[in-house]
Amino acid sequence: MSTAIAQKRSFAAVLWDYLTTVDHKKIGKLYLYGGGFFFLLGGIEAMIIRIQLIKPENDFISAGLYNEMITMHGTTMIFFAAMPLLLGLMNAVMPLQIGARDVAFPFVNALGFWLFLFGGIMLNVSWLTGAPDAGWTGYAPLSTLSPGHGVDYYVLGLQISGAGTLMGGINFLVTIVNMRAPGMTFMRMPLFSWTTFVASVLILFAFPALTVGLFLMMFDRMFGSAFFDVALGGNSIIWQHLFWIFGHPEVYILILPAFGIFSEIFATFSKKRLFGYTAMVFATILIAFLGFMVWAHHMFTVGMGPVANSIFAVATMAIAVPTGIKIFNWLLTLWGGNITINSAMLWSLAFIPSFTIGGMTGVMVATSVADYQYHDTYFVIAHFHYVIVGGTVFGILAALHYWWPLMFNRILNEKLGKLAFWTFFIGFHLTFFIQHFLGLMGMPRRYWVFLKNQELDLGNLISSIGAFFMAFGVIVFVINAIYSGIKGKPAPHDPWDARTLEWAVATPVPHYNFKQLPLVRGLDPLWIEKTEGNGKLTPAEPIGDIHMPNGSILPFIMSVGFFIAGLGFIYHMDNNLAYILLFGGMALALVCMLIRSLKDDHGYHIHKEELEREAD
Amino acid sequence: MKGWMGKFKVLSLLGFVALFLSACGKENLTALDPKGYGAEKSLDLIILPTVIMSFVFLVVMVIFTIALVRFRKRKGREDFIPKQVEGNKTLETVWTIIPILLIIIIAVPTVWYTFVLADKADAKDHINIGVTGNQYWWHFNYDGMDIQTSQDLYIPVGEKVYLNMLSSDVIHSFWVPTLSGKLDVNPENENTFYIEAYEEGVYWGKCAELCGPSHSLMDFKIVAVSKTEFEQWVADMQSVDPEAVPDNEMAAQGRELFQENNCIGCHAIGSSPVAVGPNLTDFGNRTKLAGVKDMTKENIVAWLLNPEKIKPGNKMTGAYPKLSEEDASLIAEYLMQLKPSEITTEDAGK
Repeated sequence: MSTAIAQKRSFAAVLWDYLTTVDHKKIGKLYLYGGGFFFLLGGIEAMIIRIQLIKPENDFISAGLYNEMITMHGTTMIFFAAMPLLLGLMNAVMPLQIGARDVAFPFVNALGFWLFLFGGIMLNVSWLTGAPDAGWTGYAPLSTLSPGHGVDYYVLGLQISGAGTLMGGINFLVTIVNMRAPGMTFMRMPLFSWTTFVASVLILFAFPALTVGLFLMMFDRMFGSAFFDVALGGNSIIWQHLFWIFGHPEVYILILPAFGIFSEIFATFSKKRLFGYTAMVFATILIAFLGFMVWAHHMFTVGMGPVANSIFAVATMAIAVPTGIKIFNWLLTLWGGNITINSAMLWSLAFIPSFTIGGMTGVMVATSVADYQYHDTYFVIAHFHYVIVGGTVFGILAALHYWWPLMFNRILNEKLGKLAFWTFFIGFHLTFFIQHFLGLMGMPRRYWVFLKNQELDLGNLISSIGAFFMAFGVIVFVINAIYSGIKGKPAPHDPWDARTLEWAVATPVPHYNFKQLPLVRGLDPLWIEKTEGNGKLTPAEPIGDIHMPNGSILPFIMSVGFFIAGLGFIYHMDNNLAYILLFGGMALALVCMLIRSLKDDHGYHIHKEELEREAD
Repeated sequence: MKGWMGKFKVLSLLGFVALFLSACGKENLTALDPKGYGAEKSLDLIILPTVIMSFVFLVVMVIFTIALVRFRKRKGREDFIPKQVEGNKTLETVWTIIPILLIIIIAVPTVWYTFVLADKADAKDHINIGVTGNQYWWHFNYDGMDIQTSQDLYIPVGEKVYLNMLSSDVIHSFWVPTLSGKLDVNPENENTFYIEAYEEGVYWGKCAELCGPSHSLMDFKIVAVSKTEFEQWVADMQSVDPEAVPDNEMAAQGRELFQENNCIGCHAIGSSPVAVGPNLTDFGNRTKLAGVKDMTKENIVAWLLNPEKIKPGNKMTGAYPKLSEEDASLIAEYLMQLKPSEITTEDAGK
């Protein structure tokens, strides 16, 4: 219905619709497009890195460009690919899962997206003049001393997109606390909504540390302060603490939503309720809580002393316990089930061994005395790719296959899905497993070249070959997405015989989601109604007018304003004319805020009669 | 499909095992064949968690495989609705308690050796060496011995040698995998640890913290020689005469060019504390040029003519007058005969 209308509209109308949308489903799609684009960009950077390391003393790219490549790969993948893809899935699915008509602040939701997008563009604009080259961790004083504007772009790009992410996190928190459907108690909430909630708490508390760190670095680089300058009484180690106080919870911001995704998929395709639901919820909370007090395990070799190293080592190992609980609960969800294996399930099943290896090496790197060897080598590269690719990326791909019918009203092609999975899965293990050994054989990370005759050649060659398999898998997935969009038939209602609320709404999902808010009678509400009722959710309210927010172009313009101001900040050191950009951009953003604050926007109502007509 | 997958898994597993056994890396570079106290303790704590965690992985994989094989959807069972199990208190308690026990088994030795390795109480009774990390080279200053050197660090075998490390610019990390784990070299807060080599040998060292374009070219060596050889080396280094004019005619000319072009302003010969660039006292005995290139005259000339090509971002580029090829060759002659000691890497067993 809504898609049918969309097809008839002109391109300009669709564009305007997406620029002004405040609908969580469309914003979710925008996040997926944006995150997907940056994922491909980060992937190209990864391939260039692996080509450079395909043989010893290679000169495919220069040393300076190599450092830019690794910095951009890491920054792009973490902040502009993995996070927005997850935020996109949360946006598309979470409100439906808890039985809400939208998120709490639709306008802020749109603003969060546009800030992320312009932050990502900001970062990548740096390619024109020289990208950041101090690593994605941006350790001072390498970053504060880095010549050119690369690191300035890094600071402002992350600052702008970080503001957007923070807004997104707060928005999800308010939504989940206030807007659950009648009967949807916290302990009936699906695991994906739970992990969205907990990840949002992490965003709320972790991002301010990054914001502060980035501000200090911005002042050091642009306004002559000396927070990280030892010669002037500063302290360079403080940056590492600020970065990792944010950076470690960030790892859980990435992995917890993936845990939620797998919980949904295992339950659905095993035709079983999630084993140990309560334990799963508390394990999630415990991981998040512990995640805040382990940041210094990234700093065992900084010289913090044995007391700090011991405390952070033991605290880190403790996280293995709730994570282990989760792994076994998933296994027992499969146990005794009636398991369907399709693309979504393949990605989820592959996660179990892959992530368990990542968890194993996690305990190994937490062992401080051993970490003196692992730290800053390819062992660590292998470890965190096992966690982030084997956990988060597998999770995102599983979720895309699983929720594609919900988001795009199509089912992805199974043959292409399996081809993409197997090539990517094999390529992934080829690329990263060998890197554990490369690290212990004496290959530090961020090495532009490795020398001849150090017995590192074979391992690096295998690793690079694996990377090509992964690239092939990604290309097949992209083809699949395009193919299903053009050739695919509309998906049937509830194609997976699923258990949770998002599959109870009409197909395709109307822009108001639920005509009548549903009454939730327990965990897996749709399953309950299928097995004990008539398969339909009991409405919790009579049909009535639905209040909807108006679309707005202001979030877009506001983000453009911050983007322009960011350029002004970067170039005011070189040219006074840049002050025009700085103040002009700020003024533009402030005017948008003023308009939003002073002009009442009451939204509109979808009338009862209209809704009743649509029912026919 | 499945049988093929099984074969693939077995084959790839065998491949990895073979790879691992055939080569655990280059001798005196790898961390898997330790020849020093720190590296030995680290390897112990690499092996213990690996064994325990491999056991956990095995358990997970067994349950995982059985579950997939037994409970996969079969013909005639398509519509089977399994029992909706909520959980199992006993099982859940078991897989909470066992991991806690396993973690304790790992945590106790971890904490113990973290403290053992950090114990610096006897630093005064041993050799102390000041280490300075620079973009992209290492400087060594032997405390109370009046010896300064760069890139190659001579130490006596079987003795604790304390390193007091500070950076002159950005953060570096001092890593000699075969002897010890790494420790960062920060611009503030001097970091101290010790290395102890069990065997004579030339050990590869690498910088392990991103420090700029030539981060991957900041290699150095630790040359562990016998105690008597070390004493000989110390005596030789202390008796160096920085003013000595070489007998060789070309080298003598090279020395003059070295003075004229004010190379000496950055590069000390002898125990002068000037260390803007690497100390060249025992340059002729170095294992490698600039840490990574073979020590040949050609390479030295190439460096003198265009150091940027060998180490991008180094601080020497553009900091000295342009040299003709002949002049560079003469300077190379001079530098190559700077061999104050009979004790060289040859004496380190290799």
